[in-house]
Amino acid sequence: MSMRTEAGRIAAVAWKDLMTEWRTKANFNAVVFLAVLTLLLFGFALGPDTNALRAAAAGVIWLTILFSGVLAFNRSYQLELEHGALEALLLYPGSHKSLYLGKLLANLAFVLMVELVTVPLAAVLYDLPLLGPLGGLALVLFLGTVGFVALGTFYAAMASRIRAREVLLPLLLFPMLVPVIVAAVEATSALLSGDAMGDAGSWMRLLFVFDVVFVTASVLAFEHVIGE
Amino acid sequence: MTASTSSALSQAPTRGGGRVRILGWLALLAVVGGQGVAFLISRPDRDMGHLQKIMYVHVPAAWCAMVAFLVVFVASVLYLWRRDERHDLLAAAAVEAGVVMTGLTLLLGMIWAKPTWGVWWTWDPRLTTTAILFVIYAGYLALRSFTDDAERRARWSAAVGILGFLNVPIVYFSVRWWRTIHQVQSSPATVDPAYVLGLRLNAVAFLVLFVYFVARRYESSKLERAAETRIEAAALTGGIHV
Amino acid sequence: MRHPSGSHSHGTGAAGAGGGRDDAAVVLDGVARRYGRRWALRGVSLRLEPGEVAALVGHNGSGKTTLLRILATTLRPTRGSGSVFGLDLVRDAAAVRGVVGMLGHSPGLYGDLTAGENLVFALRMMGRKATDAVVADALEQVGLAREADGLVRTFSAGMQRRVALARLLLRRPRLALLDEPYASFDADGVERVNAYLAGLKAEGFAAVVATHDLPKASAVVDRVWRIDAGVLTEVEVGAAPVGGGRPRDIVAANVEGRGSG
Repeated sequence: MSMRTEAGRIAAVAWKDLMTEWRTKANFNAVVFLAVLTLLLFGFALGPDTNALRAAAAGVIWLTILFSGVLAFNRSYQLELEHGALEALLLYPGSHKSLYLGKLLANLAFVLMVELVTVPLAAVLYDLPLLGPLGGLALVLFLGTVGFVALGTFYAAMASRIRAREVLLPLLLFPMLVPVIVAAVEATSALLSGDAMGDAGSWMRLLFVFDVVFVTASVLAFEHVIGE
Repeated sequence: MTASTSSALSQAPTRGGGRVRILGWLALLAVVGGQGVAFLISRPDRDMGHLQKIMYVHVPAAWCAMVAFLVVFVASVLYLWRRDERHDLLAAAAVEAGVVMTGLTLLLGMIWAKPTWGVWWTWDPRLTTTAILFVIYAGYLALRSFTDDAERRARWSAAVGILGFLNVPIVYFSVRWWRTIHQVQSSPATVDPAYVLGLRLNAVAFLVLFVYFVARRYESSKLERAAETRIEAAALTGGIHV
Repeated sequence: MRHPSGSHSHGTGAAGAGGGRDDAAVVLDGVARRYGRRWALRGVSLRLEPGEVAALVGHNGSGKTTLLRILATTLRPTRGSGSVFGLDLVRDAAAVRGVVGMLGHSPGLYGDLTAGENLVFALRMMGRKATDAVVADALEQVGLAREADGLVRTFSAGMQRRVALARLLLRRPRLALLDEPYASFDADGVERVNAYLAGLKAEGFAAVVATHDLPKASAVVDRVWRIDAGVLTEVEVGAAPVGGGRPRDIVAANVEGRGSG
């Protein structure tokens, strides 16, 4: 299979996932709703003092993304399991890597869209200076989300197919995301407090390394995991 | 391929049993000896007193945990490459022993921390990484327990084992960096030369113990599989042959 | 080919003699498949020549779907080996996927996409150009020419299977694997399936059809395999019955009378 056909297949899988989501919007609404609720709850939990909220904001934002975004992953495989579509999907010629990459792109787009709604809301609720470091923030959000989605898409390929999937996916996924949480929160926090770009930059480099390692590992291991 | 390894497993039964038992006695001897020597030859620490002796279990356990997860990684890669289920059984045995060692490390670390710093937990990079490792490999075991089909279980465990191991250095560096940025006091890294002999002896002793745990677990897994293989063969020929 | 130790083949359609092996459409040698503790297939050996259609009959849970999946390479055999048109099922799995196609028990479609979009997706996954003309033609062949823009979720079971059939037609496989193709199809659908099978035979391709409903397939079937609790036996077909009778009666009688072997 040539590179272009593989790229075509990746695009086809991503298109299929996103088109389905677009038609129903069921997942998107549920996830956004949960994210908004989480932000509010954190607000109540951390108290009305805006200083306390601002200090905790970076952590709150990322935890919100993680807790609400994790819903998306099992659901993206639900699509395949419902009418036996997975079997047909596995039958197409070519490598199964494109299935993973296609789903990764679709999930990435999905979670980024959720962030597009929740991050501005967080800025409002916690009084955050979003506009200044906007470019840096966008980059951190992107890099962190790629790591999150890469592993989420991978582990959900397994978790979605066994019982106790709601528990097993977080159990498998969240410990692996510790570097993402640490790096993304530190970088976000640094950017929000107008800190020296140096700090945020180093964290972003860590995120980049994480992303490269785990997208690669997942692509290579996916074949062994998606089959019957 | 699978047929030949299955028949190899069906011949497994009593061959390794005797050797493992000897290993067990050796391990017991080594640990008792190591601990005894350590207790006898090491003076109470200037600041920590006898509490310092926890190190003789805590540190070797930590090292064994790392060895365990390295074994898991290698066995997992080998499994995916060769699809020989013995590699899967070895990986699973190593995870179980590794989780025990990790748990021991954490527990002792906490017991040591309380009198020393007044808190049970300090987010020390090494201990924190160990805690995360504990959860990652507990997840491995949870996944195994929820997956009924043996082949699927082996493939999925291997993938989880590989990715988990790849994360170890990344987790460690993130947490360490995180701590230095917030300029929190880090734990003493140097060890008084007087304790080194005790540590080394116990490191070896615990390694022997670890190998014993893994060997025992691996042997019993092989026995289980050998029994299943015999039932399989009987089922295929349409009757149970004695 | 490797000979697995300890497995016995019960099938009379035996394989592995060696000569002419590469010309066969399908060769299975002692294939067995386990799920947990349960054996779904036990030592299945069979052979299918190009231009032949085989019917696979058996009760639910007898192993029909498992066998089809192994031929499709979506399942690996626990033991034994096999090949499709000379391509090994395990070693050359990706190549096998290029020559087989399956009409599964469930349609395997995406409910929130239209029939047309499902076929577009399939074409793109096959690496082919997904033009409107190709899609329209495929739908035409299964009698759904005007349903291209209908969401699959709104289709009846029969219509969904027709879309799945259209997808199979687009694939142009050399070995077609059909799992209960006559279920949920009306008379027109059954005719289309049989016409497709006849066409396959004419081109020197092959098919395996798992079905409860042998009479519907009898016009195109060349071999009948019966599978019972994972054990496969080949049923004699085509011999003239004592006292005459139509071929479909022979086949039905053989199956009901629990066949040979």
